[in-house]
Amino acid sequence: MELDPVLLSRIQFAFVVSFHAIFPVFTIGLASYIALLEGLSLKTGNPVWERLSRFWIQVFAVVFGMGVVSGIVMAFQFGTNWSVFSYTTANFLGPVLSYEVITAFFLEAAFLGVLLFGRNKVPQGIHFLSAVMVALGTFISSFWILSANSWMHTPAGVEMQNGLIYVTSWTEAIFNPSLWVRFFHMALASFLTGAFVVCGVSAWYILRKKDTDVHKKALSMSLWLILIAVPAQIYVGHEHGVNSFEHQPMKVAAMEGAWETKTNAPLVLFAIPDQENQRNRFEVAIPGLASLVLTHDFEGEVPGLNEIPREMQPPVAIVFFAFRIMVGIGVIMLFFAIAGLVLRRNGAYARTPWFLNGLKWMAFSPFIAVLAGWFVTEVGRAPWLIYEVMTHSEGITPSLTGGMALFTLIGYIVVYALVFAAGIYYLLRVIASGVMSENDLRESHSHQRAKRPLSAADANWDEEHTS
Amino acid sequence: MIEPVFDLTIIWAVIIAFGVIMYVLMDGFDLGQGILFPFAPSEDARDVMMNSVAPVWDGNETWLILGGTGLLAAFPLVYAVFLPALYIGVFLMLAGLIFRGVAFEFRFKAKSSRYLWNWSFAIGSTLAAFAQGAVVGAYIQGFAVADFVYIGGAFDWLTPFTVLTGLGLVAGYALLGSTWLILKSEGDIQAWAYRITPWLLIAVLVVFAFVSVWTPFIDPFVADRWFSGMSYIWLLPLLALLCAFWLMRSVHQRRDGSPFVATMGMFIFTYLGLIASKFPYVVPPNYTLWDAASAHESQLFLLLGLLFVIPIVLVYTAWTYWVFRGKVKADVGYH
Ligand code: HDD
Ligand code: HEM
Ligand code: HEM
Repeated sequence: MELDPVLLSRIQFAFVVSFHAIFPVFTIGLASYIALLEGLSLKTGNPVWERLSRFWIQVFAVVFGMGVVSGIVMAFQFGTNWSVFSYTTANFLGPVLSYEVITAFFLEAAFLGVLLFGRNKVPQGIHFLSAVMVALGTFISSFWILSANSWMHTPAGVEMQNGLIYVTSWTEAIFNPSLWVRFFHMALASFLTGAFVVCGVSAWYILRKKDTDVHKKALSMSLWLILIAVPAQIYVGHEHGVNSFEHQPMKVAAMEGAWETKTNAPLVLFAIPDQENQRNRFEVAIPGLASLVLTHDFEGEVPGLNEIPREMQPPVAIVFFAFRIMVGIGVIMLFFAIAGLVLRRNGAYARTPWFLNGLKWMAFSPFIAVLAGWFVTEVGRAPWLIYEVMTHSEGITPSLTGGMALFTLIGYIVVYALVFAAGIYYLLRVIASGVMSENDLRESHSHQRAKRPLSAADANWDEEHTS
Repeated sequence: MIEPVFDLTIIWAVIIAFGVIMYVLMDGFDLGQGILFPFAPSEDARDVMMNSVAPVWDGNETWLILGGTGLLAAFPLVYAVFLPALYIGVFLMLAGLIFRGVAFEFRFKAKSSRYLWNWSFAIGSTLAAFAQGAVVGAYIQGFAVADFVYIGGAFDWLTPFTVLTGLGLVAGYALLGSTWLILKSEGDIQAWAYRITPWLLIAVLVVFAFVSVWTPFIDPFVADRWFSGMSYIWLLPLLALLCAFWLMRSVHQRRDGSPFVATMGMFIFTYLGLIASKFPYVVPPNYTLWDAASAHESQLFLLLGLLFVIPIVLVYTAWTYWVFRGKVKADVGYH
């Protein structure tokens, strides 16, 4: 069998970027949370905040490390596997990605050092400032990278000359039509990821009756955040869909499983799309609702996939199911957000076992939703690499052979599997070792006064867990 | 379109050259810790070596990313030819950087599995350094390019010459690493760093000599540049050798700071020598800086931001080095 470098490169890109993506969404959310904890600690002096912050910084350090190393891979993927794409779009993507480096990555990296290692070397206010800078860096970074990505979906502000892209308007290109919906959808997804992980871990501790007082605080805070962010996310998600309906109607048709152009189009709840015969099997649908959602009118026309030839359609089943997974998780999240509010009274949320057990498992849900969401977005763009400008096979590196692509694909899978397994293992250890006690915290402060900084958190757990 | 009054392409060449040397010097000393790791006299020494770079390595590696995206922005042809041509080598470098990068966090958290992360740090760093050295060699060799597209094979970059330059950079980074350690450690560990530095210097000089003699045979253009006319470029290797001499002296006199500075000097002058050999070719043997450049508007758009942001970056980067100044101890504060 002939190995297809295009297909292998797509699989490789999807693999490395999906692997990368699960870390940023978590670190973006967590960075803001840590900044908040450091701020509260600075303001109130209550040791609870510092204990929580020290704990979550340990988690953050592991996750951030994996985000950085997998991100460095991304910066070179464009050139190694998609060199024609890179060369063609360099006039726009080059400056945008460079701005990300100079405005975000340097900021994150420099202040990360102080955040992780500098607690005893700088005044508390500066330490707090470092946390804020890291959090700010993660947002600036997502702004630029999402601008680049959105531009590939909704290219604007450029013209083609002799086969190369030239920018005619920087503002139109950077603030392209799908940037803001994508940015806010992603920012909310990051907050939700951070919040659900914090909830899950806190619930787990509370169930095991370990440092309950501290984790109850964390749980309460995150539940408030979830209560606001989930409805907001559903609203922004809807806006995102409407935006795509305008700019990429065929992607939306694949999301909806709509084969034929219809007015009064039904909202398909479940079906098995059959691309072979261009129809759905086992369809369960609510009449008229898709027209209403997308056009705000029951009689609105929703185009179907058969408007374009088969080979120009995206793989419908992937887009269709991934979309339902994401939205389904959104709905379950909404349920927990409301349950959290109902259980507020008398602090029942921290005593109700089914709720805490449920939250424990919900810690994984945002990661699944995020990946599903990206699969909708990216697979739905096929066969276009840049929407209606360049296809996948036009962008590939000409000298790339199937063998080379297969070699690196297997290589990345092996490397990432090892790193991921080790990362999870050490994360579980951080979690198992728990929050430092108030006594240890006081002791570490007195060491600091004696100008003998000591690795307090580590020493603490070495003693507890070596036996 | 407005005709530019100055040549943006040259300005960009200077900026990229600056970014690359920043990367080489800064990530050089922390990759160097990894290269020297297996030979460290004790586990305490390894703790010191790692602690001496843990707060700054991420920032150092960011210069590499800037090198990558900066090339894409200003000289896309270089980006779109080098990466396909070095496909396998780039993968090895990235795999190396992954293993050494995660080793920082994992090693701190490991107990019985610590030795695994010691190896991960050591092998990853060495692999990354070797691959980068091979890239330099491949650049000197030149690339098979037709019509702005790389057309060579997967292993064109791997030749005896590039193996030599790869080993040379491993030795060079190890030297940066040992002199950095002289600066940041004391007692036994520092004594060890002082001991190995002269040997590393000898290794570097040997490779340096080989490469210098070999290069003119590989590329007649380089031979021409060095042996006809432009005699003042001989100043550069001379200054590099002077730095080597200064390095030896300061090691003898046990000056903690000078060896590191002298090594940086060696790197800078060697690097300038390399640039002088090839200028203005960036995708040798066919394409010059101007062939490889992106659109003026793009170069200008990024330049404006860069002139404003990079000074700020340099200031807060310097500040973090200042926060973590002074000698490092094995048990000193983590998190
Ligand atoms: C919405 C967020 C987001 C998305 C879609 C991406 N990234 Fe990312 N990236 C981040 C958000 C982020 C971050 C939060 O800023 C990270 C995570 C951990 C970190 O260090 O910064 C990061 C790290 C990170 C790094 C390492 C930076 C460092 O050394 O500090 C690089 C080179 C990239 N990314 C490059 C990419 C590329 C080329 C992507 C596209 C294919 C990409 N990222 C998608
Ligand atoms: C971080 C979250 C992201 C995830 C999880 C993700 C996921 C994916 C997936 C699953 C594909 C495969 C689609 C297919 O082959 O049909 C893909 C393709 C692609 N994406 Fe993304 N993407 C992300 C972000 C980005 C960003 C930020 C960019 C650009 C700046 C980008 C550029 C591309 C390119 C160039 C392809 C084409 C290669 C290919 O088809 O595999 N992606 N992505
Ligand atoms: C329940 C309501 C939700 C709706 C209606 C919704 C809607 C959408 C739509 C329409 C897209 C595709 C955009 C395109 O056409 O390119 C999308 C993408 C995405 N969704 Fe959702 N979403 C919802 C919930 C969530 C949740 C809960 C998360 C994660 C926590 C999430 C994360 C994402 C991500 C990461 C993407 C890809 C990035 C992007 O294009 O914005 N979504 N969403």
